[in-house]
Amino acid sequence: MTMLAPIAPSLSRRGFLTAGAALGGGLLMGFRIDVAQAAVPSALPSALPPGVPPVPNGYSINPNAFVAIAPDGKVTFQIPQEEMGQGVYTSLSQLIADDLDVALDRVTPVPAPPVEALYGSPGSGRMGTGGSRSVRSFYTVLRVVGASARAMLVQAAADRWQVDPKTLRTDNGEVIDDANGGRRLSYGELAQAASALPVPTDVVLKADKDLKLIGKPVHRLDTPAKVNGTAQYGIDVRLPGLRIATLAASPVVGGKVAHVDDGEFKKLPGLQLVVLDDIVAVVGPHFWAAKTGLDALDITWDGGPDGKIDSPQLWQALRETSAKPGALGTNKGDTTKAEGDRLDVAYELPFLSHAPMEPQNFTVHVKDGGCEMWGGSQVQAAAWNAAAKVLGIKPEKVVFHNYMLGGGFGRRLDVDMVTKAVRIAQKVDGPVKVVWTREEDITQDVYRPAYRNVMSATLKDGKVTGWSHRIAAGSVAVRMSGKPLDGGLDRGALEGATENNYGVPNFHVEFIEAKPRAINVGYWRGVAPNNNVFASESLMDELALKAGQDPVAFRLAHLSSTPRLKAAVERVAKEANWGSPLPSRVGRGICAQFAFGTFIATIAEAEVDTSGHVRVRRMTSVIDAGRVVNPDGMLAQVQGGLIFGLTAALYGEITIKDGRVEQRNFNDYRMMRINEAPSIDVYMIENTEAPGGIGEPGVTAAAPSLVNAIAAATGVRLRRLPIDRDKLAERKTASL
Amino acid sequence: MKRLLLAVLAVIVIAGAGLGVWLVAIPGPTAFAKGATVALADYRAANPTGVPTELASADLVARGEYLTHAADCFACHTAKGGKAYAGGLAFNLPGMGTLYSTNITPDRATGIGNYTDQQFIDAVRRGVRADGQHLYPAMSYAAYTYMTDTDALAIKAYLFSLPPVAAPAVDNKMAFPFNQRWLMAFWNAAYNANAVYRPNPSQSPEWNRGAYLAEALGHCGECHTPRNPAFALDNRDKFAGTITAGWRAYNITPDPTSGLGAWSDTDLATYLSTGHAEGHGGAAGPMGEASDNSLSYLTQPDIHALMVYLRSIPATSGGLPQVTLAPAPASYRQGVTPDANPRGAAIFASACASCHSWTGVSSLSKYATLTGDRAINDPSAMNVAQAVIHGVQRKIDGKAVFMPSFGAAYSNDEIAAVANYVTARFGAEGAALKASDVAKLKDQSE
Amino acid sequence: MPTLRINGQSHLIDAPDDMPLLWALRDMVGLTGTKFGCGIAQCGACTVHLDGKAVRSCLLPIGSIGNQAITTIEAIGDTATGAKVQKAWLDIEVVQCGYCQSGQIMAATALLNATPKPDDNDIDAAMAGNICRCGTYVRIRQAIKNAAVSA
Ligand code: FES
Ligand code: FES
Repeated sequence: MTMLAPIAPSLSRRGFLTAGAALGGGLLMGFRIDVAQAAVPSALPSALPPGVPPVPNGYSINPNAFVAIAPDGKVTFQIPQEEMGQGVYTSLSQLIADDLDVALDRVTPVPAPPVEALYGSPGSGRMGTGGSRSVRSFYTVLRVVGASARAMLVQAAADRWQVDPKTLRTDNGEVIDDANGGRRLSYGELAQAASALPVPTDVVLKADKDLKLIGKPVHRLDTPAKVNGTAQYGIDVRLPGLRIATLAASPVVGGKVAHVDDGEFKKLPGLQLVVLDDIVAVVGPHFWAAKTGLDALDITWDGGPDGKIDSPQLWQALRETSAKPGALGTNKGDTTKAEGDRLDVAYELPFLSHAPMEPQNFTVHVKDGGCEMWGGSQVQAAAWNAAAKVLGIKPEKVVFHNYMLGGGFGRRLDVDMVTKAVRIAQKVDGPVKVVWTREEDITQDVYRPAYRNVMSATLKDGKVTGWSHRIAAGSVAVRMSGKPLDGGLDRGALEGATENNYGVPNFHVEFIEAKPRAINVGYWRGVAPNNNVFASESLMDELALKAGQDPVAFRLAHLSSTPRLKAAVERVAKEANWGSPLPSRVGRGICAQFAFGTFIATIAEAEVDTSGHVRVRRMTSVIDAGRVVNPDGMLAQVQGGLIFGLTAALYGEITIKDGRVEQRNFNDYRMMRINEAPSIDVYMIENTEAPGGIGEPGVTAAAPSLVNAIAAATGVRLRRLPIDRDKLAERKTASL
Repeated sequence: MKRLLLAVLAVIVIAGAGLGVWLVAIPGPTAFAKGATVALADYRAANPTGVPTELASADLVARGEYLTHAADCFACHTAKGGKAYAGGLAFNLPGMGTLYSTNITPDRATGIGNYTDQQFIDAVRRGVRADGQHLYPAMSYAAYTYMTDTDALAIKAYLFSLPPVAAPAVDNKMAFPFNQRWLMAFWNAAYNANAVYRPNPSQSPEWNRGAYLAEALGHCGECHTPRNPAFALDNRDKFAGTITAGWRAYNITPDPTSGLGAWSDTDLATYLSTGHAEGHGGAAGPMGEASDNSLSYLTQPDIHALMVYLRSIPATSGGLPQVTLAPAPASYRQGVTPDANPRGAAIFASACASCHSWTGVSSLSKYATLTGDRAINDPSAMNVAQAVIHGVQRKIDGKAVFMPSFGAAYSNDEIAAVANYVTARFGAEGAALKASDVAKLKDQSE
Repeated sequence: MPTLRINGQSHLIDAPDDMPLLWALRDMVGLTGTKFGCGIAQCGACTVHLDGKAVRSCLLPIGSIGNQAITTIEAIGDTATGAKVQKAWLDIEVVQCGYCQSGQIMAATALLNATPKPDDNDIDAAMAGNICRCGTYVRIRQAIKNAAVSA
């Protein structure tokens, strides 16, 4: 199966989206969408089954933009979200296919063009894949699309047969007329006529009992191409006349090229040197030639004012800022009046790099007053606009072929890999693929912010009476928008901190922006809950200890107002044999989390040997993500998310010296490997609540449960990540 | 009582004097060789100084360039990642402090642009800088003193042909009394011969050239000869190997088991000119740098002269056995298995086996083969641990040869474990490094 | 300018002998299934077979290969073990972003060729050099075991 060869619809001059043409030659019964009239028919069901999220008022759904049916009945699905491993090609296809009533193997998802008017998320109107939001945002939209298309196909059949559409039924791509001997018409035969019909203004979604795909474990659509080497990522682009470039951008943020000594470089044949303000690139016939050329250059950088910044200075600045009052995130009661014993702590988390397995790359051909580009982005429209902006042209002059991502994790929410490639391509005759080395990928990232959490809590009679939490960090929102925060508050930094799952009567959360010098911050898988859940669940554990209570019992006693989380905690304690005896230096730790619309309770079991080495033995999670589209995909996301989070907890830290990121490749930015990976058991709680996100909950649950397990194993409370193995080893000499 | 005290004092004084004699009476670097030496001017067989014949008619700067490489000024006067010859490289002297090398580019304000010929010669050969202050013997003037003024001035001419780099000196951080530079005068009196190389006519011209290269220029002894308590090279154990900056400099005497006696001429010449010889492994750390920045620039006749000279050093046994071992089995389950050291084996599987293979014979590069490597056969695993910590960044025949550094992301305990595992699996004898040993190695080499 | 035997076909590679095989495969022959992840033999994304043994193509100079048979992910399914491994991967849905998986499958196939019934230790020893950033390790381990018991 080669369904994942890139097929990118293009936008023609007149602003028409012509799926058929783009898919190569009229085989398809193409739907033509006038972009200017995108906000046409809105097909919204009047009644939604329980737990199916409502679509915001005024949001219009145009089924024609999403589904094209070929005469042979094959369904092409213009998918608005990016596949980066989270299985969204499959889960969103399930949503369409179920209500359309076709088998999943008939559906081929292809990347939607970057037209936000058609494909923007119902929440934000923007195209973007992140924050564990794809299913949450598009659950209803895509079911409505499927149901609307199905209704149009049924209507077309009814017109053809001159019967009442209500007497017809559908089954796997066919309309069936039981009243007339069971005569059938395939969707392929009906598509042309259906496309001319008005979009229904009211549609009925399948009842839960009739669902055939949603909620069932299905095989992923993208797997076959990924196990036989045919899947195409951006880095795999091949074009006639393609040249390949690699680059070195200023190692200091804001720095410039001061001097390039090309004496050795000139001895190498067939290379082109591109020197921009802050970038040096070498273009050659293949990557090796380009890299050899780049290595032959002696580049002097002018680091500018940030060229002397080191990590200790950044930490000091963050600590100073975190001592100041912040902007109010939420408040309940009055923490200053809360009674009881008080605990004051601070938790710190480091900068992190994304390091997706596919290094950054983009392929660009600047030509004829326009540009064509190929690559994988989590923000299709932003990438498209960014390229146009660099070139000073209208976005319509940019043809963008979007590809699957060899990992995103938030890295490809930024468009710097696009703009850098476009800037280089402006100097190159013909198409050029700009491929970053791994070293460039790690040193030129936008990093998960470093955080400092200043917290205090009060405890009386075994209950938490007061809780205050000040989050200090660089704001990703500010960095990306370039605009200051409204009232100093970054709302995106609050998730996982402000929910007050434990029903604390006096509860106060604030945020203070602490923009770091010499480093750009970005969204990282797990976003704000990475920090907030770690801080909250560490503190909760410390409070349990202070109260002399079992950490699970202590949490349960506080969860009466959050029953879904309570149920998850109870279940995970049972599945992980909480309380059963363990060998010495082995401990269990729990994390109870509500974030991304999902409840998840996780227990880590870890062993710390006398040298401070931490071995994660087992992870157990119970997840309640409401309506689940592909349960097996969800389990996979939690398993992978836990590994991603454990990797960061154990090893992840980006440090700065002389304004430069010190880590460069997997030798010094370390990844968890198979021989360190724990056994993982994930259980799901099934229900029909609104769907929650699944890409990130595992990530953010890993570190707190692990650190709590380490505390149980050793008595050492780590308030800083990554885990300091020397600190754990010291303890051995002190106490054993 | 008083007499007893006096007697004790007398013993201390006499013992002290004896120690003093032992400390100071160190033979010269070529004193081991039979035959009397003569002044350079009286030696007619050939000219052991200067550049090889190929370069004899080259201009002063070109000759200076060759000699600058041969004397390896680059190694100490270039900071990691810094501009060539602009100084700033730190020397950690445990217990004494930290020294920083200086800028020897012709920058007038921060380099040596204002040095006269005589000032330059004084600095290079006597350890006295332009302002009259003494240099610390971290600068190998006790070796360079054997250089001719002509050669020193050729080096100066080369250095002065380079672009000036403005790089102010980094202040040394030396503790008392080591921060008292004038004390070096006493050291110099004892240990700086302050005399140009004297040829030995009973040795071959090639030997004499080799001696000049090794002693006046290459200063091999600075790393390979053990030091006495006054930090002077003790030529009684010449080239017997010692530990420098946390790396082991091997025994390079002709001893057949501990030294180079069993190496074929081809292997030795290849190693000297490339820093690698198949079956013996490759240079890393300071020797890797010496190879890249200095030895690899020498002409083949000079390499041969160096070899002739090395072969003439009195053999000193002891130190490390050199064993030729067969590759380890292809399966991790055979040979030295992970049982004894599961952590070391696990790290080897994760970060090392892809390149070094479970056999120790790399499937990717001959430079990554561990079998036969001297470092692997060193049961202290010192250089193995250092290579793991710092990686290897080399150029051999113009091509990059490298190993990533793991010191930042792996704990001391993990580095010890993997060093112990690889020496056991691929070497003569497994090491028993502990995390604390690795911590010390890091301190010494940073 | 060496001639390489790749997936049963000869290719004359117009590149210097020290160029790593990875770039010959990806940028010259057009076999992009073999991936670039780190370039320093730390991640395994570039794993191919050389006479049936797993090697990291990112550091393997084309001049050192000679007549050894190179097999890449595109052709591993033509071997009995490779097909078994691919099927096991599909059956339990190992893959997430998939970028590391060519290398994982090549490493797993070499493991099963050498050790038809691997235990956990064997899997650790053979697979620890392959990083998966998406964290699919639990399923990789299971899929290898499944492939080993499948006929
Ligand atoms: S690319 Fe070869 S091992 Fe990572
Ligand atoms: S599946 Fe994404 S890196 Fe392994």
